[in-house]
Order: sequence, then C-alpha cells, then structure tokens
Amino acid sequence: MWAIIEQIFPYAIAYTIPLLIVALGGLFCERSGIVNIGLEGLMIMGSFASGITIYFLQASFPGQTWTIFVGLLVALIVGALFSLLHAFASINLQADQTISGTAINLIAVALTVFLARNITGSGNIVLRTTLAKKNITILKDIPVIGALFFTNTYSTTWIVLAILIVFTFLLYKTSFGLRLRACGEHPHAADAAGVNVGRMRYIGVLLSGAFAGLGGGIFLVTFSGEFNGSVSGFGFLALAALIFGQWKPLGILGSTLFFGFASTISNVSQVIPELATIPPVYLKIFPYIVTLIALVIFSKSSQAPKAAGETFDPGKR
Amino acid sequence: MNKKGLISIIAVFLGLIAGALLMLVTGHNPIEGFIYLIQGGTLSLERIGNTIATATPLILTGLSVAFGFRTGLFNIGTPGQMLAGGLCATIFCLTVELPRPAMLTCIILIAFIGGALWAFIPGLLKAVFNVHEVVSCIMMNWVAYWIVYYVIKDNFPNGTVSTESRAIVDSSTLRAPWLSSLFGNSYINLGIFVAIIAVIIIAIILDKTSFGYELKAVGFNTHAAQYAGISVNKNVILSLMIAGGLAGLAGLTQYAGNATNMQIGIMPSQGFDGIAVSLLGNNTPIGALLSALFFGLLYAGRGFMSVMTDVPPEIADTIIATIIYFAATSIIVERFLNKLAAKKKAKLAAQVEKVEPITPVAPIIDTNVKNTEAKNEDTVGLFPPQDASEEEKGGE
Repeated sequence: MWAIIEQIFPYAIAYTIPLLIVALGGLFCERSGIVNIGLEGLMIMGSFASGITIYFLQASFPGQTWTIFVGLLVALIVGALFSLLHAFASINLQADQTISGTAINLIAVALTVFLARNITGSGNIVLRTTLAKKNITILKDIPVIGALFFTNTYSTTWIVLAILIVFTFLLYKTSFGLRLRACGEHPHAADAAGVNVGRMRYIGVLLSGAFAGLGGGIFLVTFSGEFNGSVSGFGFLALAALIFGQWKPLGILGSTLFFGFASTISNVSQVIPELATIPPVYLKIFPYIVTLIALVIFSKSSQAPKAAGETFDPGKR
Repeated sequence: MNKKGLISIIAVFLGLIAGALLMLVTGHNPIEGFIYLIQGGTLSLERIGNTIATATPLILTGLSVAFGFRTGLFNIGTPGQMLAGGLCATIFCLTVELPRPAMLTCIILIAFIGGALWAFIPGLLKAVFNVHEVVSCIMMNWVAYWIVYYVIKDNFPNGTVSTESRAIVDSSTLRAPWLSSLFGNSYINLGIFVAIIAVIIIAIILDKTSFGYELKAVGFNTHAAQYAGISVNKNVILSLMIAGGLAGLAGLTQYAGNATNMQIGIMPSQGFDGIAVSLLGNNTPIGALLSALFFGLLYAGRGFMSVMTDVPPEIADTIIATIIYFAATSIIVERFLNKLAAKKKAKLAAQVEKVEPITPVAPIIDTNVKNTEAKNEDTVGLFPPQDASEEEKGGE
C-alpha cells in the first residue's frame, strides 16, 4: 500500500496544484461578491496564452526552462485581462453573473481554437518540452516526507503554495482583505463605511482571472503538455472544490487535495491491482457527489458569501 | 415586447460585427466569409435540411432554458440532462427491438423521463434544502458526463472508434428515409417535429393553463405565490423536471437522430448554447424556435465556409458566444435606447408645449426596464411633477 501511495503521490499533487490556484482565484472573486462560473474559460484562455508563448519562445530558444515561466506570466496577465469582460458585465452593467460567466466559457473555447488554427494551422499546440520534475537536494532525504513531498516535484507547486500563504494572510490579516470580504457579505454596509465596492469587486474578479489563467498555464506545462481547446473540466472541478472547501483558503487546500487524489486514483486504478476493484466511474463522479452532499449538509450553516451573485445597486437598501 | 426584440437583434448584430472584426484582424475577408457561411446553410435543399437538423437540439435546449427562466429557475444543467436523456434512449435503442411506431413513442418518452429525472435532483435540493440550482446543475452535468463515459465505454463500445458508442440502426432512431430524401439526403429527421410539438405544448402550458400560471407565479414572487396557496416546492421540482425533460429530448434528437451514436468524453455544446438561444429568443417558446434556426444556420454553414475560404469553422462558435455576452450586457443597449426614446419624448413634449401648453403629457414608463436608476435619470428630469405624484401614490 505504501508503495502505491508513494507512486501516485506526485501525480496527485500535480493534479491538485492547478485546481488549488484556480479555486483560490474563485475564492477571491466570490468573497468580493461576484459569482464566477467562467473559471473554466479563464483557465482555457491562460492555457492558450502560455501555450502560444512557449511554442514560439521554444522555437527560438530550444530547451530553455525560463521560456516556460515567461509563458506562465503571460497566462496570468491574459487571464486577468480576459476576466475584465466578466467584471465589466457584472459590476458596471449589473448583468446576470451566471450568464456572463457562461459567455466567458463559450468565448474562450471558441476564440482560442479559432486563433490556434490561424496561428499554427491546427487547433492544437503541442509543447516541445514541458516543465521538468525535480528532486529537492537535502529535503528529499528526510525519511517519510522526503519521498512524498520533495521528490519528483514541480517548481510551480511551491510557487502556488507560496501564493496561497501570501493571499490567505492578505484575506484575513489586512484591511484590504477585510474590505474585500465585507463587499461579499454586505456591500451596502461596506459602502456606507466608505469602501469602494465596485473597485473591490474589480480586484476580486481580476485576481480570479489572473489565478485561473495561471492555473491554466500550469495545467498545460505540467499536466497535459498539449493545448487542444479544453482543460477537461478543471475549472468546474475547482468551482466544486471552492464550495466543498466552504470558501476558505485552508478548506480549498483540503478539498483540492481530496479531489486531486480521487481523480488520480481513478486514472491509475486499472493499472494498480489493489485499486482495480473500484469501478473508476465512482471515483470520477466522487468530487461532484460529495460537493452536492456538502451543499445539502451546509445548507443551513453555509459559509457562502451572503451577497455573492447579487448586483450591487447603491440606491437599493 | 418590441423593444426586447430590438435588443435581441442588436445583440446579434454586435455579435456579427465582432465576428467580422475577428476575421479582419486574422487576415480574412469578412464579407466573403459571411456570404459563404450563409450559403453553406441555405444553398441547396440538402443544406437547408442540415440547417434544420442542426437547429433541432438547439430548439429543445433553448426551450428548456426558456421554460426555466420563465418559472424563475436558471437551468444551466441542460448538457447533463441531454446526456441523461440521450443515454437512456441510446441504451433502449441498442437493446430493445419494437415495431416502429411503438419504438418512436418509447424513445421519446424514455428520453424525456431520463432528462426529467436528472433534473429532479437539483429540483429536490432546491425545494427542500434551498441549494441554488445553478451550482447543483453544474455538478450534475459532470456526474452525467462521467457516467455516460463509462457506461458507453464498458457496455456499448464501438469497435473501432474509442470516443463513440456502437451505432444504432436507423430504423430504431428518429431518422426517416422519406424526410431525408425530401431534403436531398440531408440528415434531417423526425426530431424537428418533436421540437415543434414541444414548442407548441410549452407555449400553451405557459400562456393558456392555470398550471403554467402557477409555475410563472412561483418564478415571479415565491412568497406571494405561497401566500396565494400555491405549493412552491412542488412547482419548483415540476418546473425543473419539465425543463430537464425537454433537454432530454434534445439529447434524443442529437444522439438518435442527427447522429446515430453517442459521443463520449465531450460535453454537448448544444446544452450551453441553449442559454444563448433562450436569451436571444426573449425566453419565449417561439423566440427560441427562431433563434435556434439562426444558430443552426451558423453551425451548418461553417463547414462550407471553412472549405471555401480559410476561415476556421470556430468563427461560428465565437459569434454565438459573443452574442450571449451582448445579450447578458443588453442593459447598455437598453440604456442607449431609453436615452434615444427620452430625446424623442423631449422633442415631442417641446412641440406639444408650443401648441397647447396646458395639456399634461403622461410619462411613458416602461415596466420592462430593470434598471430603475437609468429610468429615473431619463424620466425624472423631464416630468418632475408626474413622477413625484406617482411616487406618492406608491408610498400610500
């Protein structure tokens, strides 16, 4: 059993990390009061942007690792820019946030494949090299933990965990975080206290765009290696993780790990005899079912931001 | 009503402009592109047949979403319900043999029930636990996606293609040779009649029956409906089940009509497109029918366009997605139209004042306008006395 865990652990982490960063973006968005079901589309946009950047950079600088990080940076920026569409619609125009999010998803799929066909001739972008796995020199020799956490890891894993720590601090320990949360709970009170609700919500949406874009980029360089106009429902899985984690940073860390392991086990279960007895379909639908169950259990005491999904109209009391 | 129609047309127009700009930026000729796009969907009887066939599932998903919206629910679960209905029908088609009339009746019923049961769960969660239907529907979509994936892969595999189910024989599906040959061997099928009948039935339910009135009342104001003695919980569940059943029928027309096998590993795009169809059709059954035909034209013509020019076929998807965005942000168009109307009224008022200064001019307040702020901006300045008196009345 231990050998199996040791074997699948790096894969599970690789699966978890893009989910985690996207769910964190979604957390900031929903905590500011804007529901964002366009996470999938923003991820696709980020995945495309990093794919195309790395594709061209690798043509001129083959085998250079920095090209991948430039690609991830571009993914972050493009994701943020693309999320402006959602911010503008839901904050300035008070549009239905679910419809706007759906539009984001559909635009991203169609537009990226359209552009990919124009640029590379086919709808796919295949990377020559993806991010390499590394062992961390001294830490990997620590008995139990070393084998699990510090062998075969991606550098992006550590970047994402650092982002998680910094932004958890930002959310709970700074006045900015308090204001952002206030906008999601009671925007009128926040407004009365002098908080610029519109600006806070813009920041929330932009963060979700940037993080979802980055997540899409990480998905590409670590997980898939090929852009084909989809991120296999990761954005929606991140949304499920956000709900299952009850809109809390540590909650989403736990839920994404949980979902990451479930999905990884379902992917490898046919190869490993001990797991082959569980039909993979149960493991695949597991994250969504537990999210539904969580919705039911927490329906009375939900931690969801109270004003999420409602447009802020300063004239309404 | 007229204004809503105008807004839809403006959204389409803006979407087409966005598509044209995109073609220009990527170095294609947009006029040529659009000509081939439209020709691709209309040039021959066969192409017209294909346009209608492509539109068929869109009519039903659009109808499903529209029905949800009219009863106060956002049915974003259409892809999952399509899959559920389609899977039930496909399994039935592949395992049971019946005489054709019985077969057709059975698969239509089964697809409807499959979709309805899939929507029953979010409906129940909404009614009993107050779980928002958007979230639960999204979860149900992915549950359906994976169940279909493994059920087809394990039980009804296609020997050669791993992303499809075994093919269903034509006589067990909605395909009809006479209809197909009428349209020059296109893949049009009996699904279009299913869709049209569904449109008529839903229109009657919504507008002519007390059942539909109850459903709409729950959508407009839950508390008022409850106070009036309407069972809110029952109606929420029923609304979602009917919407789900319609999406299930869409699955039938897609998987056992337009195609004769089930695609796995892909979320059916017709599901989310239903949201666009419904919004563009102003959430009415007839509107959904018309806008689905328009989208069907774009989808059916894109292949021809990408053969004749080198514009990638995804331009059609991009245009449709952009149209949804513009439909969602239609408030900006509404504000613009209100300003235009206000200007006209101001001119008219000025003229009237010149001729007959005593006659009061009644303000035309559009009840459709959601944004009260914009309305006030436009009307308060123009007719301060009347507006003030109206507010007083409201206050009493």
